[in-house]
Amino acid sequence: MAESILKIENFTMHYMTKAGEVSAVDNVSLEIRKGESLGLVGESGCGKTSLAISIMKLLPENAVIKGGHIYFDGTDLVPLSEDEMRRFRWRRISMIFQAAMNSLNPVYRVSDQIIEAMETHFGNIDYSEAREKVANLFRLVGLDPKFMDQYPHEYSGGMRQRAVIAMALACEPDLIIADEPTTALDVIVQDNILRELKALQEKLGTTMIYISHDIAVIAEVSHRIGIMYAGKLVELADAEEIFHHPIHPYTAGLMSAFPSIIGPKRELVTIPGEPPDLLNPPSGCRFHPRCQYATEVCREKEPEFKDYGSGHMASCWNPLEG
Amino acid sequence: MSETLVRVENLCKYFPLTRGLFRRASLFVHAVDDINFTIKRGESLGLVGESGSGKTTTGKLLVRLLEPTSGRILMKVDGEEVDISTLKGESLKRFRRHVQMIFQDPYESLNPRFTVFDTVAEPLVVQGIGNVLEREERVAQMLALVGLTPPSSFLFRFPHELSGGQRQRVAIARALIIEPSFVVADEPTSMLDVSIRTGIMYLMLDLAERLGVTYLYITHDLAVARYMSSRLAVMYLGKIVEMGETEEVLQKPLHPYTRALISAVPIPDPRYKRPIPEIKGAISEPINPPPTCRFLDRCLQATKICQDSPHPPLEDKGGGHYVACYMV
Amino acid sequence: MEEKTKVITKPKVEVILEEEERKRLKEMPLWRVRLYLTWREIRNNWSLFSENKIGLVGLGIIIFYAIMAIAHPILMKWVWDPNIYDPIVGYSYDEVLQPAPPSFRHLLGTDPLGRDVLSQLMYSTRSEFALGILAAIITVTIGTTVGAVAAYFGGIIDTLLMRLADLIIMLPFVTILIVLSALFKMNLIILAIVIGILSGFGGTGIVIKSQALTIKVRAYIEAAKVSGGSNWHIIFRHIIPNLMPLSFLYMMFSVTSAIFSEAVLSFFGLLNIRMSWGLMIHTAQTAGYLLNPKTWWLIVPAGLSITLLCSAFYLVGRALDEIVNPRLRKR
Repeated sequence: MAESILKIENFTMHYMTKAGEVSAVDNVSLEIRKGESLGLVGESGCGKTSLAISIMKLLPENAVIKGGHIYFDGTDLVPLSEDEMRRFRWRRISMIFQAAMNSLNPVYRVSDQIIEAMETHFGNIDYSEAREKVANLFRLVGLDPKFMDQYPHEYSGGMRQRAVIAMALACEPDLIIADEPTTALDVIVQDNILRELKALQEKLGTTMIYISHDIAVIAEVSHRIGIMYAGKLVELADAEEIFHHPIHPYTAGLMSAFPSIIGPKRELVTIPGEPPDLLNPPSGCRFHPRCQYATEVCREKEPEFKDYGSGHMASCWNPLEG
Repeated sequence: MSETLVRVENLCKYFPLTRGLFRRASLFVHAVDDINFTIKRGESLGLVGESGSGKTTTGKLLVRLLEPTSGRILMKVDGEEVDISTLKGESLKRFRRHVQMIFQDPYESLNPRFTVFDTVAEPLVVQGIGNVLEREERVAQMLALVGLTPPSSFLFRFPHELSGGQRQRVAIARALIIEPSFVVADEPTSMLDVSIRTGIMYLMLDLAERLGVTYLYITHDLAVARYMSSRLAVMYLGKIVEMGETEEVLQKPLHPYTRALISAVPIPDPRYKRPIPEIKGAISEPINPPPTCRFLDRCLQATKICQDSPHPPLEDKGGGHYVACYMV
Repeated sequence: MEEKTKVITKPKVEVILEEEERKRLKEMPLWRVRLYLTWREIRNNWSLFSENKIGLVGLGIIIFYAIMAIAHPILMKWVWDPNIYDPIVGYSYDEVLQPAPPSFRHLLGTDPLGRDVLSQLMYSTRSEFALGILAAIITVTIGTTVGAVAAYFGGIIDTLLMRLADLIIMLPFVTILIVLSALFKMNLIILAIVIGILSGFGGTGIVIKSQALTIKVRAYIEAAKVSGGSNWHIIFRHIIPNLMPLSFLYMMFSVTSAIFSEAVLSFFGLLNIRMSWGLMIHTAQTAGYLLNPKTWWLIVPAGLSITLLCSAFYLVGRALDEIVNPRLRKR
């Protein structure tokens, strides 16, 4: 049983806005083991990106951590100062951002940017050694090292994404958070990159967190999957369990709403209503206004996030029979 | 009711890449290169492809946001077949009553200063249909039809007061209010959340049936195309490489690109093991492309025939299943 | 994948709204609804504007001067003796030496011709406002149209308009005004028109055009074209309304420019007007009292008013900038 590398306990984070307090992440608990890949799925506004930037402590000014702990390899990241956090960022936890094109500085060569990242964290390294490393990284992510010294605008979308992945790997982190790594890419390029990420993970033993709204992508790359809705983690289980034996009605609804090109053409299910306003989230279970199984207790009390057997966690008053 | 509504013949759209102020363009992007297809009244044709395939350009050509470089687009307008590619002035405006478009971005396709009423009524205003009261009536009916009920509570909202799904419904209402016979939908659901997407998809299918609208559904998502279209056309670098009944194309793809595309689509089932897509290289831009098969440099099955011959013609391989490939 | 027996639910849209407001809107005729919506927008904009201290200071100054302008005719009719206090032909018989320093009867003293300075100051305020606003309206009307047309049509129309703008910007503004005033007698209205035309076809046009370019490529413009909208429909119904916030902003800056230009011209005695702040300083100068600190009341009130009013409009413009720009970016 591999040890756990990231343990999030009852983590809550709000955004302070002019209109009020937005409950972006509410009482989320999860655990990831070393070498595992966790997929976080949810629609826009569900809190998955907020959770990711909370782990990295790259929070905007108006974000306030209301409580909870994020234990990374034993150390609680929540109370750390910016200086202390810098020792972890990029060196031990790195992130691939959404719209990765924006992570690359257009006025510097790609190789220089990666070398700079390495220098910041490894201190002074021999320049030729660093270049050798960059070339290796490029090969690792499927980029021809001959493109090393070009500028980001000379790269195609897929190449830029790979370059950003290379940069995230440069400091050999223990944990990589990939926020929608393939959303803007064509499907064939996406396939390539997903395969490579999986291969890389197996080869380097890196722990990965994938964040996406596309459950098909998550299904392919994750060992375990967490479903987020309106700032809460509503279900967490092994990938196969989530897909074939969902417990939470939202999970089941999400599965049924996704069209698939293989298999029989079944009816797609629409989940009525819209994701809630997090300024004023619904009382009790946040999904109850859209849930066809909602009962009185769902309106009144928040369900507990509990284990339904072999690590399959969910929070629901009326769980579905698998 | 299986008459042909739209017929596209040898349609081309080339964009010049100009270098310098006064030098004439010698490089052209062959965005759409000699495509042919037909759409029957009442059916919906799905146009799929990756970026640079030319699908969006085709859509814009069909609604005359762009003028073709060459070729013909024939549409049945008021019972007569008209070549819309050369229409101008009044006749162009009259043609616009029959063809409308639904755009991809629900946030950008609505004027932020227009109320919902202004937006949906605009086609009526521009085409000079009805007086103010009649327009109000029709807009309210349309809003109810697209699921924005009660209409009175939506009439005077601004786009920033609506959610993405609601905005897209407004866009659909706008497209359908003048009762066009043909609608081009350019990735209408790709920017929406999954749980909202299915609602919009079903709305469009429902309205197609109820109002007798014919669709050209443009998307990069094969799974969505499966649900939204009865026939499918696959585009690559400006050419149609495969076309046929949707299920036929998806379950029995013949062109190597289609096969690669299908095998690249992630499946929402962890148990399913996808085959590796049989394709090499990366997509390029069709700038002054050589006359050989467009897919040549990425095809794993290419032979000498493919290298020596021009781009293969789109041929019926049986049962309305068209493929442009020498190896089939 | 396992089949779940699910009921296919018809798309239902949850509606969050203020019920009473919507009910009221339903019963009103269309034009009243539009009025109501405009009023609501103004109210929202005001609450945004009032958060900005700079803007409020500027607005305060403007209101102060507006009150002065309104107060003058009232004072002339009911409080002051027109023979003494008329700003142009009055003569303060009650003072022996002209110009007389400030006293109880003449709060800002009198000018070399014996006229009450405060009265002059207040009287000029209204022409300053009139000039500023007229020039601003002309500038913005021309600038917006030029910007929208140049952006939308592009090509040779764009080139012509932009080269014209370049030409105008190249030439020094005040010098042109001086030259023009030598050619024909300029009064305030002609000055306003000249300033309006020069600014409108000049810098303002360019700035608005660049904004119009960003609007031109939006999807809703394409949607309007697909509906069958003509070019003019798109320009006047879509592009120009979306330019209005920016135009309004530039109106503020135009007022500043106009008031200042008038002051300069009047100071040189080139303007055919009977009384203005610039003219007050001109009077002081021709009588030889310009740099004399002992007769400060001849220059300071007028000069300060010019500075204050110009700054006030500029401050309001800056405050508007902060409101207008983020919203424009959002769109």
